[in-house]
Amino acid sequence: MARTKVVVDPITRIEGHLRIEVAAEAGKIADAWASATAFRGIELVLKDRDPRDGWAYAQRICGVCTTVHAIASIRAVEDALDIHIPPCANLIRNLVLGMQFVHDHVMHFYHLHALDWVDVVSALKADPVAAAKIASSISPWPNNDAAHFRAVQERLKKFVGSGQLGIFANGYWGHPAYKLPPEVNLIGVAHYLETLEWQRDAVRLHTIFGGKNPHPNFLVGGMASAINVDARATINGARIAEIRDIIARARQIVDQVYWPDLLAIAGFYKDWGAIGGGVPNYLVYGEFPVDIRDTNSYYFKPGVILGNDLTKVHEFDEKLIREQIDAAWYDYPQGSPAEGLHPYEGETIPKYTGPKPPWDYLQGLDKYTWMKAPRYDGKPMQVGPLARILVAYGHGHDDVRQLAKEVMDRLQVGPAALFSTLGRTAARGMETVLLARMLDTWMDQLVERIGNGDTSTFTRDKWDPSTWPRKAQGFGRADVPRGALGHWVQIEDGKFSRYQAVVPSTWNCSPKDPKGQHGPYEASLMDNHPLVNPEQPLEIIRTIHSFDPCLACGVHVLDTKGNTITEVKVQ
Amino acid sequence: MFGPTPTLKLAPGESIGEHLASQGVSRRDFLAFCRDTAIVLGLAEAAAPQVAHALETQKRPSVIWLELQECTGCVESITRSNDPTIGSLVLDLVSLDYSDTLMAAAGHQAEKGKDDAMKAGGYVLIVTGSVPLNEGGVYTMVAGRTAKEILEEAAKGAAAVIALGACAHWGSVQAAKPNPTGAVGVREIIKDKPVINIAGCPPVPDVITATVVHFLTFGKLPKADSEGRPLFAYGARIHDQCPRRGHFDAGQFVENFDDKGAREGWCLYQVGCKGPQTFSPCPIFMWNEKTSWPIGAGHPCIGCTEPHFWDTMAPFYKRLPDVGGWGIEQSVDRIGATLAGLTVAGVAAHATWTAVDKMRRKRELPVVTNPGAGPRPQPGGEA
Repeated sequence: MARTKVVVDPITRIEGHLRIEVAAEAGKIADAWASATAFRGIELVLKDRDPRDGWAYAQRICGVCTTVHAIASIRAVEDALDIHIPPCANLIRNLVLGMQFVHDHVMHFYHLHALDWVDVVSALKADPVAAAKIASSISPWPNNDAAHFRAVQERLKKFVGSGQLGIFANGYWGHPAYKLPPEVNLIGVAHYLETLEWQRDAVRLHTIFGGKNPHPNFLVGGMASAINVDARATINGARIAEIRDIIARARQIVDQVYWPDLLAIAGFYKDWGAIGGGVPNYLVYGEFPVDIRDTNSYYFKPGVILGNDLTKVHEFDEKLIREQIDAAWYDYPQGSPAEGLHPYEGETIPKYTGPKPPWDYLQGLDKYTWMKAPRYDGKPMQVGPLARILVAYGHGHDDVRQLAKEVMDRLQVGPAALFSTLGRTAARGMETVLLARMLDTWMDQLVERIGNGDTSTFTRDKWDPSTWPRKAQGFGRADVPRGALGHWVQIEDGKFSRYQAVVPSTWNCSPKDPKGQHGPYEASLMDNHPLVNPEQPLEIIRTIHSFDPCLACGVHVLDTKGNTITEVKVQ
Repeated sequence: MFGPTPTLKLAPGESIGEHLASQGVSRRDFLAFCRDTAIVLGLAEAAAPQVAHALETQKRPSVIWLELQECTGCVESITRSNDPTIGSLVLDLVSLDYSDTLMAAAGHQAEKGKDDAMKAGGYVLIVTGSVPLNEGGVYTMVAGRTAKEILEEAAKGAAAVIALGACAHWGSVQAAKPNPTGAVGVREIIKDKPVINIAGCPPVPDVITATVVHFLTFGKLPKADSEGRPLFAYGARIHDQCPRRGHFDAGQFVENFDDKGAREGWCLYQVGCKGPQTFSPCPIFMWNEKTSWPIGAGHPCIGCTEPHFWDTMAPFYKRLPDVGGWGIEQSVDRIGATLAGLTVAGVAAHATWTAVDKMRRKRELPVVTNPGAGPRPQPGGEA
């Protein structure tokens, strides 16, 4: 049987540099390699820095999921130094992170993922009147009228006619895996443009509390944005009204555009509910606390699901995490244990052993990526929206159960359809709906506190390093749009002596381990995964994008024995 | 390197004016945009017709956007531009022929878009991210090639190079000590053509829009300081434009976060603000539809538009050290130690600042009204 070697590099519409190589056989993917092809060494830069400054450096790990590394970093320092932040500061952080989810997920769906399902060129053939009829049957969104869709279509026509296609050039338009009728494609294009406008408004919540976006400011011990309803340059009545409006518009976009579009589009791609499941284990650290030290207070509680078994949620224990480097371009000190190192003992010693660039393939190499392989109790784990929804479902989370039922009824699929490429994309939408609602709840709670005279946003007692123990260590836990995020810090004499971050994409993009276990990207590509035309690897892109990758990565297509019969370079 | 730049020769095609008209942009909105941009660029309002004429007759420039060793925050920042919005930036003002983050194509189809644009020539090259040089460049590779090789190739046919953000400017966070990957900015690699640096981590998005418009209007990059930063945006210190400056002059300081001063919106100098050493348009352009900016939201400036700020401006919460004879710290200490009354302190602080101002003029540092008069200070070198 002929095997085809396929390389997709760069994977676009993601953060960073990802390369995927796969081996395809008879229209299916037989083996896969996910490779992160960039390394920046920020953990090494953080060593010897002032722990109160750490968030700013760590935040620059990522500008797409901006805010999240800053939050993990300040929590790690607060854990190490036993700093308890005021309730108002906690609510502000929940609002900032909650809006990050809503913004990030909507943008991911339309601007990074939709073009895998929506054929832009097909939208030219749509009947705007029919498109308006479909759109208004599923949503009361005010722009769902024929005139608007006609205007978008005209704009698109002129754009295509100009010959300067820009970002829409060379897409896989017309690929048989595109299944939407032209009218639904037109709705998708219209909402691609509308949400691109809206997202600028959504991040203004970050600007009010953190001064800018991307990369708003944070503060160990609380938040820097003081509350004083009687002053001009603080969080005051006008700001509160502004935030309310921003949240209201975000909820409208989620409830009237994103969620109905997601369900409508998913209805045409139900077969993707049986494709791309991959690793059957899911890990959640938990997020949106009332009190970070009480995991029962979290909106999404921590937990572990093994073997796709939703009847049993295992307790999460951070001591069971190890990072392995057998397939990654790193070195560990001599005598390090075979099962890898816990982040508190973690080392980041880059050691490139790949081919000298320029090179063509990474296949067949023992080491092929800048990603370490984190394992939980020796197992690879999926992290992200699907993990959160499944763990919450297993915990009997009322909101999640209700919404999950709604989705399964609408799409007429069973829970097993969640373990898939479609499941990951649907779960992302589900948690967006729930968190958009929570933004209002947290805002209500913040306003109530302010009304009762509690305006404290900062705990001062451990700001001065002279109050710190000589040595301390802390775990900064977070669950962020792309999944479980942990920063582990050690502080000695007022400085970081060690800094280790295990980020969501490290879990999901992790390479093979010595037991031969693939990480989630690779495993999902090998799970009943089609590849109709290796020259146009649309299906690979769909599954990889369903994880919302955030790194510099790539995928290769090879046969299971590594023999190349025909070779198609898709790079 | 930052002298007169060659006139831009663009390939023939549809003009921006024709394109905007076809997109239903009204004449009135178009002229308003030209007027606003002329003002942002530090031109007189009377220059608006010149801007309008240029935009109406110029072809939409082909833009190749390379993302090298970076966090994608700069691309995200551009999507938050006030005007034109990203929708129009992508679809109307420029033809974005290659962008890792936004483009539909992937793999070799994506690379084809770049190759086609490079063959046509006359494009604007925008670079975000630094170039790692250690170990032969293996710390950032796309399609098996190093960032350095990709940059050098794309720069060859570029009409102009815009280095966007701190990484492309000087390497930023990955170039902070000990710079594990040997990261450098674009100017370290591309030395044979003009490179403009849009500084900041990330930059205020409207600066790049204005820079592109300037380029289209005058066929060359805007006048820049010794760091390659356009003077229309980076010609003045934050401290000199800060709405909280009055509190500095009055000796009204935030001593601790969430204290009385913080709740009144006083000056953040004592909790580490780097505004006095930072050249940036932040207080004027502000962020995200002019909603706020870092100091406006109560956090001290960390100096992110200055080269090597991760090393020279840190620790971020420490009051500025005694830099190059400025004497601010000393003076403020003295104020704190010897003066009790706010009024008296205010007078003294003002006097101190006047002295600083004199010193600055003596060093012939540029001031807002006279951009480009002399070299920028290099706080990094002096700290």
